[in-house]
Amino acid sequence: MATATRTDPQIWRALGLSDAEYDRICDLLGREPRATELAMFSVEWSEHCGYPRSRAHLARLPKAGKWPVITGQDAGGIEVAPGLAVVFKMESHNHPSQVEPKQGAATGVGGILRDIFCSGARPVALADSLRFGDIERDPRARYLFAGVVDGIQSYGNCVGVPTVAGEVRFHPRYAGNCLVNVMCVGVAPTAQLATAAAAGPGNAVVYVGARTGRDGIGGASVLASQELRADDEKRPSVQIGDPLAEKCLIEATLEALATGALVAVKDMGAAGLTCTTAEMSAAGGVGMTVDLDRVPRREEGMKPWEVMLSESQERMLAVVAEGREDEALAVFRKWDLHAEVIGRVTEEPVVRIYDGGELVAEVRAGDLAEAPLYDLPAQPPKPFPTLDMRMLAEPRDYNAALLDLLRMPDIASKRWAYRQYDQTVQANTVVAAGGDAAVLRLKERPPLGIALTTEGNGRWCALDPRRGVQLAVLEAACNLVCAGAEPAAVTNCLNFGNPDKPDRFWYFKEAVEGLAEACRALEVPVVSGNVSFYNESEQGPVLPTPVVGLVGVVEDVRRVFRPAFARDGDQVFLLGAAGDTLGGSAYLWRQHGLEAGPLPEADFAAARRLHACCRTAQRNLPVGACHDCSDGGLAVALAEMAVAGGRGARMRLPEQKLGGAAVPAVGARADVVLFNEAPSRILVTVPANAADALVALATQHLVPCAMLGTVGGSDLRIESPEGNALVSVDVEQMREAYEGALPALMA
Amino acid sequence: MGAPRVAVVQFPGSNCDYDTVHALGTVMGFPTRLVWHQETDLGDAELVILPGGFSYGDYLRTGAIARVSPIMNAVIRHAERGGLVLGICNGFQVLCEAGLLPGALLRNAGTHFISDWVHLRVERTDTPFTRAAQHGQVLRIPIAHGDGCYFADEATLDALEANGQVVFRYCDAGGMVTLESNPNGAARNIAGICNAAGNVVALMPHPERASETLLGSADGRVLWESLLAGVARDGRMPAAAGRR
Repeated sequence: MATATRTDPQIWRALGLSDAEYDRICDLLGREPRATELAMFSVEWSEHCGYPRSRAHLARLPKAGKWPVITGQDAGGIEVAPGLAVVFKMESHNHPSQVEPKQGAATGVGGILRDIFCSGARPVALADSLRFGDIERDPRARYLFAGVVDGIQSYGNCVGVPTVAGEVRFHPRYAGNCLVNVMCVGVAPTAQLATAAAAGPGNAVVYVGARTGRDGIGGASVLASQELRADDEKRPSVQIGDPLAEKCLIEATLEALATGALVAVKDMGAAGLTCTTAEMSAAGGVGMTVDLDRVPRREEGMKPWEVMLSESQERMLAVVAEGREDEALAVFRKWDLHAEVIGRVTEEPVVRIYDGGELVAEVRAGDLAEAPLYDLPAQPPKPFPTLDMRMLAEPRDYNAALLDLLRMPDIASKRWAYRQYDQTVQANTVVAAGGDAAVLRLKERPPLGIALTTEGNGRWCALDPRRGVQLAVLEAACNLVCAGAEPAAVTNCLNFGNPDKPDRFWYFKEAVEGLAEACRALEVPVVSGNVSFYNESEQGPVLPTPVVGLVGVVEDVRRVFRPAFARDGDQVFLLGAAGDTLGGSAYLWRQHGLEAGPLPEADFAAARRLHACCRTAQRNLPVGACHDCSDGGLAVALAEMAVAGGRGARMRLPEQKLGGAAVPAVGARADVVLFNEAPSRILVTVPANAADALVALATQHLVPCAMLGTVGGSDLRIESPEGNALVSVDVEQMREAYEGALPALMA
Repeated sequence: MGAPRVAVVQFPGSNCDYDTVHALGTVMGFPTRLVWHQETDLGDAELVILPGGFSYGDYLRTGAIARVSPIMNAVIRHAERGGLVLGICNGFQVLCEAGLLPGALLRNAGTHFISDWVHLRVERTDTPFTRAAQHGQVLRIPIAHGDGCYFADEATLDALEANGQVVFRYCDAGGMVTLESNPNGAARNIAGICNAAGNVVALMPHPERASETLLGSADGRVLWESLLAGVARDGRMPAAAGRR
């Protein structure tokens, strides 16, 4: 390939470029591209790097909120307090993880970490949103889950960044293409935030980190931008992670940035040197001249296009002020990292690459960095199935139904996984994994803290992508509020099938619209994100899975709340409308094998009233516990609070108005009341003497409020409004189901 | 007597170095500084801490490469002079590799990395790190390790017990040393030991992560408060802290 001069169409097609794109490259260059140039265009214009298919839609996401938004080059964030930035982003590493789960997940963690510290922020937390096939029946799904967890722990633990949040869900439609989305949060004084925009002709272009090998060549264009086929040998496209090198890179980068000698810095992730040279130049309106002979290599005889496309891990590119090269190099070398001046910034905005004294690429940076923009056709699929309640048998045994939901891998405790993740390193973890949201203190500005959570429900989005993503945003927001935080900003990772297929692309368009509407309504800006297309195998596309990562601000980390019954005698209240549809619920899928709508309504105004009400209660009343109702509905939420608190409760489903607010579910079928997944519902416990105040608060905020019962005893008892026992299960029995399910499957 | 001057050794791959500086420096107010592993001198430090992490990525064997770092000669000299040395987690592994403590840390029983809260029973209250504790006091402290299974041959274990060198044992919330409360399969539930002289102490759990109630427990502070009670200005062990 490197020797082709008169280009054979097979070559650009194998690189993932269309014939039209090839013509456009020729137009831009005014000639046929050299081999290295063609390779560079192929990765820069891939969906993974240039977002040609999704960019126009993503522009619709809101960019402003209560806290000032920081838009970096790779990661975005908010200024949580004057002078203090919280930066975060989420990224996928799906195909590499399907091919080689441990290294795929590990390098996914490594990549997102670099996005964060290259922005100048110290990574303080990781979260993972994972999707696999049916682990109860599919041994390969178990293998992938175990491998991915191993990869996350091996990398995250070693670099010393706590993994404190995330979620895992399972569905046969992820069997051929698992999802591994990793979110990283970093903290920095705003004055220390770095840029990825190159500047200053004459400044040094410095290569930092591990040496370059042939690993990961074509990762962006081939592995990430095509569907997976089982017979493909894609293992060579997967990279191997070195967390020690990454840890040293974190420390060295932050130390080097503190010297002030660094003008710009960028992670060499997807498309490696091509992406960094082109995008850093384009962002700064300058160019670069780079000599590949100076790039530290791990292998002999690499072709220039191989060096330019390699996705070897733990590398980055920096621009260092002319004359201060030694100062910067000394810091990197102190940390045993390779650091070499490989070129210079030029005034002319052209990237020039030399190899062995020969000019192998000469391209305007903007031509590479600005991928073409496509308006792809979108075709709605056939109408979604609608649930007919008359056809749905009510459970004969609600205890069995509840215990089975607690054992459902989507719902069951994920402690088997998160116990393998260091959650307390960095000594900031106030609330670790297992609750509604993780809470970290900010040492820089006590008593301020942040909370984070991730959320995404592919079953919902398969039924209604617009509503599905809105419900995910509402749930994530509710998670944060329950923990004691105010939702502040969003990152996302949008996982869909092949966008060139109109029925797949429709899901993406709808989900982006829904995400934009939800974030605008809640006034949470979308500060960063990632799109992952081509999540398809021979078994078809994955469930459309937009995942949101929400970050909230905690005013005082000494006042946080956990989803655990804390005191006997506390009264349990349900804030929020009770919900009336089982559409899309875990219960419907688990107990009846049905995926049907309609999904619950997404009422943003009601959500905001609920958030305000709950936060006021947390501030002013002796709240014992808070928990949102999500997967499995009210019954599962109560069970989780009982298990977490090690104490039972006696509940009676309400039948009369309380405090003048709307009536929650009267006369509905018990399974609808117990298991529906209407959003924006929070269980709050307060001592009896604060009950009136809570009811008054709910009335004042126009939030439906129902007293359900009292904490105490060793079993969870839920009675119908007439006093008939629907559920009566021992807490220890629920614990066994909830905490025992995953260890039993993964043993 | 007073706050000890603390040096926290920083290896490539250390990741509890800043947490340790935070606990001893910011929370306790001890004069605390980082010492880069390439240095050869500990200066005027009275207490040297080898922090947790994955020194050199633990690529060969936990702690195996760190022990040949230039600074380790100074740490060994400091220990031999009777100076205080504390190893936490990976630091424990390094001290075993360096021969300052007997035994070794093996892969956890069950092979998985474990991040969790455990209970420790204080078995000796006459070391410089435990003199502020009550005998048998139960501490709630997090662990986070993949290689925390303490191992030594039976004769060594018997000698440790006989000399009173077992400082911390995994136990349940009530202080009972049980099989269920042993998270990693450590021999005789050993979580922390000291050398025969008592000036070199190491443990797998992370007291620096349990030094503020905000983070779930301040039980780890008893180690730092013990130092306030027991350090002579020359960095040597007070006589009472020697072998009993």
